[in-house]
Amino acid sequence: MKRHLISAADLSRDDAVLILDTAEELARLADRPIKKLPTLRGRTVVNLFFEDSTRTRISFEAAAKRLSADVINFSAKGSSVSKGESLKDTALTLEAMGADAVVIRHHSSGAPHRLATSGWIGGSVVNAGDGTHEHPTQALLDAFTMRRHLTSGTGQDLAGRRITIVGDILHSRVARSNVHLLATLGAEVTLVAPPTLVPFGVESWPCEVSYDLDAVVGKSDAVMMLRVQRERMNAAFFPTEREYARRYGLDGDRMARMPEHAIVMHPGPMNRGMEITAEVADSDRCTAVEQVTNGVSIRMAVLYLLLGGNESAVAAARTEESK
Amino acid sequence: MDAHTSSPARSVLEAPDIARVLTRIAHEIVERAKGADDVVLLGIPTRGVHLARRLAARLEEITDRAPGEVPVGSLDITMYRDDLRLRPARALARTEIPGDGIDGRLVVLVDDVLFSGRTIRAALDALGDIGRPRAVQLAVLVDRGHRELPIRADYVGKNLPTSLRETVKVQLTEEDGRDSVLLGLRETAPADGQ
Repeated sequence: MKRHLISAADLSRDDAVLILDTAEELARLADRPIKKLPTLRGRTVVNLFFEDSTRTRISFEAAAKRLSADVINFSAKGSSVSKGESLKDTALTLEAMGADAVVIRHHSSGAPHRLATSGWIGGSVVNAGDGTHEHPTQALLDAFTMRRHLTSGTGQDLAGRRITIVGDILHSRVARSNVHLLATLGAEVTLVAPPTLVPFGVESWPCEVSYDLDAVVGKSDAVMMLRVQRERMNAAFFPTEREYARRYGLDGDRMARMPEHAIVMHPGPMNRGMEITAEVADSDRCTAVEQVTNGVSIRMAVLYLLLGGNESAVAAARTEESK
Repeated sequence: MDAHTSSPARSVLEAPDIARVLTRIAHEIVERAKGADDVVLLGIPTRGVHLARRLAARLEEITDRAPGEVPVGSLDITMYRDDLRLRPARALARTEIPGDGIDGRLVVLVDDVLFSGRTIRAALDALGDIGRPRAVQLAVLVDRGHRELPIRADYVGKNLPTSLRETVKVQLTEEDGRDSVLLGLRETAPADGQ
């Protein structure tokens, strides 16, 4: 039986809460003199990164190392991929090396799914971001951060919490994964973006869509700002950066209209002055740095639940195609 | 400890017995540790934690200390188990180490049933990652035998000779609504020790 984490939409409420609760316990490890557990000793985790990433890769690396797994980092640059090797041949190589889990980031949507269902490898596949599709561990760490600030913690979901996601929804795998996971956890999600950056088919997503940030900001428990992804934009989606920042950026005035308890989130890296001002980014209410810390705990929880036992504890994450 | 007991279980300890046994263990700890000044009680989840709290309360009574003065914590051993790969990954329980830590202290591990000894081995490994106690001792409510490792308890509530076909289930008010120790029979062959 294979076990994978490809999409946040595959997770049931109970699976998601189990991951968050496990991460909550693992987060306490940070206070200990020895921040390491022997749980995954002798297991090999491969970080297979076809796309640039700093925080996600080092976060997975730190998580795997804290669980005593062996970590092999593989980035497409300077590898045989740049000589034209296909995903299949790369996968077969990793399989021959005995990888128990492959953490994959790829510029093409669906690459992790292909890797998980092709039969090329026997280990678990964890999606660390594929094209504009999904980034499930980011959504989990965001939910974890929200749960810590907005609820009493362990065992809770996010029922009734109002979450606003602002910015480049079209190119954002973070937004896609968050919408699915937050809806599963019972939160009410509102997407705010210029019409050109709202994806086609958004009506079928479990969320509301607004074009007016000022109308929503006053009744949000958390406001998540997304980075404007210039590298994925090959057309003009808005007139000027200044106009974007004025209408969809979060500045001190807008933050002041948020409820007292509300938090500002950003998955990073931030474009200061574009979607978020320095004043907001450096304020106490911005959880960007905390999100990075929480990311390690969440990825430890995911690796433990997928690899720690003889079969995955996250039932829904198993793909049915596996034979 | 196993949930599915086939035949009706027989009670071997009732609430007054458990209370008496815990008081005796508390006295033994005070005697062996010469006042129990540097004792830290660490319960193994779930029921060991409740037993550790009860023991702490009795130690405070015996040694005339204010409630809360004897440090109590919990030690989850899930990540240190040697049978992790035999079952699906389990949910974690809470590890809570008292503020002053365990370095140089006398740690008394508290669990409900001592069986194979594998849980205690895992607990010793976990302790090693948290600090360096002066000494480690073990208190259990029931010792049912069948050790698979060279481990013994320093304080035993009741020695209960059992066969491997039997199950021992500890119920505590905090968790199960009543205090008792039940001896039952299991249908299937014995699995690995708990």
